[in-house]
Amino acid sequence: MVNDLARWQFATTSVYHFLFVPVTIGLAFLVAILETAWYRTDNPDYKRMTRFFGTLLLINVAIGVVTGLVQEFEFGMNWSTYSKFVGGVFGAPLAMEGLAAFFLESTFLGLWLFGWDRLPKRVHLATIWAVSLGTVLSAMFILMANSWMQHPVGYKLNHAGQPVLTNVWALFVNPTFVWGYAHVILASLITGALVMLAVSAWYLRKRQHVESFHRTAKVALIVLIPTIVIQLSVGNQLGEVENHYQPAKIAAAEAQWTSCKPCSFSAFQIGGGANDKTPTQIIAIPHLLSILATGTWGGGVTGLNQLQKQYQAKYGPGNYIPDVFIQYWSMRVMAYLATLILLLAVWGGWLLNRGKLDRSKWFLRLSIWAVLTPFLMNTAGWLLTESGRQPWIVQGLQKTAGANSPSVSATDIWISLIALILAYIVLGAADLMLMLRYSRRGLDHADAEAAEPSDAPGTVAPALTY
Amino acid sequence: MQLHTIWFIIIVVFWIGFFVLEGFDFGVGMLHRFIGRDETERRVAINTIGPWWDGNEVWLIVAGAALFAAFPLWYATMFSALYLALLLVLLGLFGRGVSFEWRGKREGARWRAGWSWALAIGSLLTPLLIGVALGDLLHGLPINQNHDFSGNFGDLLTGYGLMTGVTLVALCLLHGATFLALRTTSEIRDRARALSRVIGLVAIVLNLGWVAWTLVVIGGGTVPQPTQIFGMIAVIFAWALASTDRDGWAFAASGFAIAATIGQIFISLYPNVMISSTNHAYNLTVNNAASGHYALVVMTVVAVILLPVVLLYQGWSFHVFRRRVATPEASSGDGAGAPSATPSSQ
Repeated sequence: MVNDLARWQFATTSVYHFLFVPVTIGLAFLVAILETAWYRTDNPDYKRMTRFFGTLLLINVAIGVVTGLVQEFEFGMNWSTYSKFVGGVFGAPLAMEGLAAFFLESTFLGLWLFGWDRLPKRVHLATIWAVSLGTVLSAMFILMANSWMQHPVGYKLNHAGQPVLTNVWALFVNPTFVWGYAHVILASLITGALVMLAVSAWYLRKRQHVESFHRTAKVALIVLIPTIVIQLSVGNQLGEVENHYQPAKIAAAEAQWTSCKPCSFSAFQIGGGANDKTPTQIIAIPHLLSILATGTWGGGVTGLNQLQKQYQAKYGPGNYIPDVFIQYWSMRVMAYLATLILLLAVWGGWLLNRGKLDRSKWFLRLSIWAVLTPFLMNTAGWLLTESGRQPWIVQGLQKTAGANSPSVSATDIWISLIALILAYIVLGAADLMLMLRYSRRGLDHADAEAAEPSDAPGTVAPALTY
Repeated sequence: MQLHTIWFIIIVVFWIGFFVLEGFDFGVGMLHRFIGRDETERRVAINTIGPWWDGNEVWLIVAGAALFAAFPLWYATMFSALYLALLLVLLGLFGRGVSFEWRGKREGARWRAGWSWALAIGSLLTPLLIGVALGDLLHGLPINQNHDFSGNFGDLLTGYGLMTGVTLVALCLLHGATFLALRTTSEIRDRARALSRVIGLVAIVLNLGWVAWTLVVIGGGTVPQPTQIFGMIAVIFAWALASTDRDGWAFAASGFAIAATIGQIFISLYPNVMISSTNHAYNLTVNNAASGHYALVVMTVVAVILLPVVLLYQGWSFHVFRRRVATPEASSGDGAGAPSATPSSQ
């Protein structure tokens, strides 16, 4: 019970946190691109677009930062047995994240926001790139820590059976990390680009500030088209890596109970869970699973039943099969939505090339609604990764059951779970309201802010930025 | 010196950095409603910490993460023991953190007042509860032979812990008031100076009481330790310097007072990191709570390279925005002087 509650809390808070993280990483990069364009062309339009999207970035960063605090506290609060066990390895990337990334991101964001009229143009440009670097570094270290839970490397067990760090470099070259990190950064760029595209499309639909938002729609598409293409292939590579180190995760994602060789890909099916191991496959594509999971035409995938037997022989009795429903559908949500986004991006690129982007009603309409898809894909991706690791909290080393805090009662977790959910509802509502409001309020405000410093004449420190 | 001890010192530096830097943010957050008589003045007060509060808060995150990396047992026991207290800290940090960015982004008295209170309450709760937590480390909590907390929420509210929390809140208020006096002009500065004098007296009394109580807790006799003497002198100086309008020196003195207080807690604690009130044999120490040698070496290299860089660019940020924040002329109370506050065009 306590363990389940702690899991619910971690799932809720981390999924929620990760709604905002990719927007921050993606938008910080795109805003840096816009400001670079302003720096190089001196076109004031780029400056106001930088400020316009910069405001959206800032609103989003606020909630991303505070929800991130919960994640760091939660390991110790809810998972003290886990923290004691792995802290000697897992803690290091977290501490590096703070020192290398959080300081950079927060300090330079303050310099960027307050420094518009105080810093030379070139230095101001450098501050937003420092922010972007901070967000990317932060993702790097946290992914490094997470990947160690998926595939522990660079450690040995001490006399007490605890993992002790022996090779920090191994964490940097952990294949799960390398591919997982690329996957997350690309997902973040896609998220940021789709947010920028949606906002731009909204204005183009309304025929407001057409020239300005045509520019940002173009920037968004230029980022989106290559990233979504690369992402499909990186996601596929990550699947192969995971199939190698965590075969149960991928077998469950394909609802593959029995071993197969060659394996067809189930595109849509009914059933296939633990109580119904012979799903009714509606659409099956021959050989595709072999290609996806092993990279070969006739490769084999070990079924869950065989894996269960192997794991029981190795680790003793227990259930070693992740939740098949979550695995199967989160994989498909990601893959199918990504395919749709690819089509949208290609369509957008074609329209851009033909000079018809701002007049294609259907493309613009769909682009606005497409902003929902990255959030679904990002959430599905984490569900696939984390639920697929179960029953392990650290693959092969420690099980999730029993890793929670012995001193924390179910009542404690209920209180914190309810308090956090209520707080998240309030924060989420305020954030959404502000994001929509500032997305729709036009550029006149941004013009006013850019034209005159927002302070009384004669002052040298910003008085009314906040 | 052993690596364990070096990491203990590094973590103390993070906690001191957090309280000295975020301390004035907390003070400004608690005081902004009272020191600013109208909306414009409140915004001026908030903007005195605008460019820095976020970077200052990272010191807390790094203190926590360094604890996790260098002393996993300490991190695990402390964070799970302080469960509900830390939940309140998180809620306080939520309210504070988003209010900076969101408060000014919408018109409306209720919106502004709501986030204003979130900022004020969050700025009060956080140092109070973290103060209680740090006091509890030294006072001792029920910890069993598995190094797990065996008490309940009531056990966290030790008299000494509460005293530490209240003293830290008073010091943060003083630090915030001296900071506002240093960073503002005209009427706000006058009010901040007047407040520093009053708060300074309260802080002197509380600090004296805290010093005495600490001596009782650690059984250190009646002679205050050097850090304590230094801290007491610093508070008195902060008050005296504020009374003679030496804004910069008063701010420095209140910073030293906070540093001495936090430093004293950890100095008294060493070589323990958490005292067990159940049995001293169950104490967590720098030895039994530390990570492996190799991990500490790696972390030391990382810290030695990165910390000076962080100090450099944070220092630069303080330098860039070093000038005073003046209250804009059109102080009409509705934030009319700020284009960013004008109503939406919808």
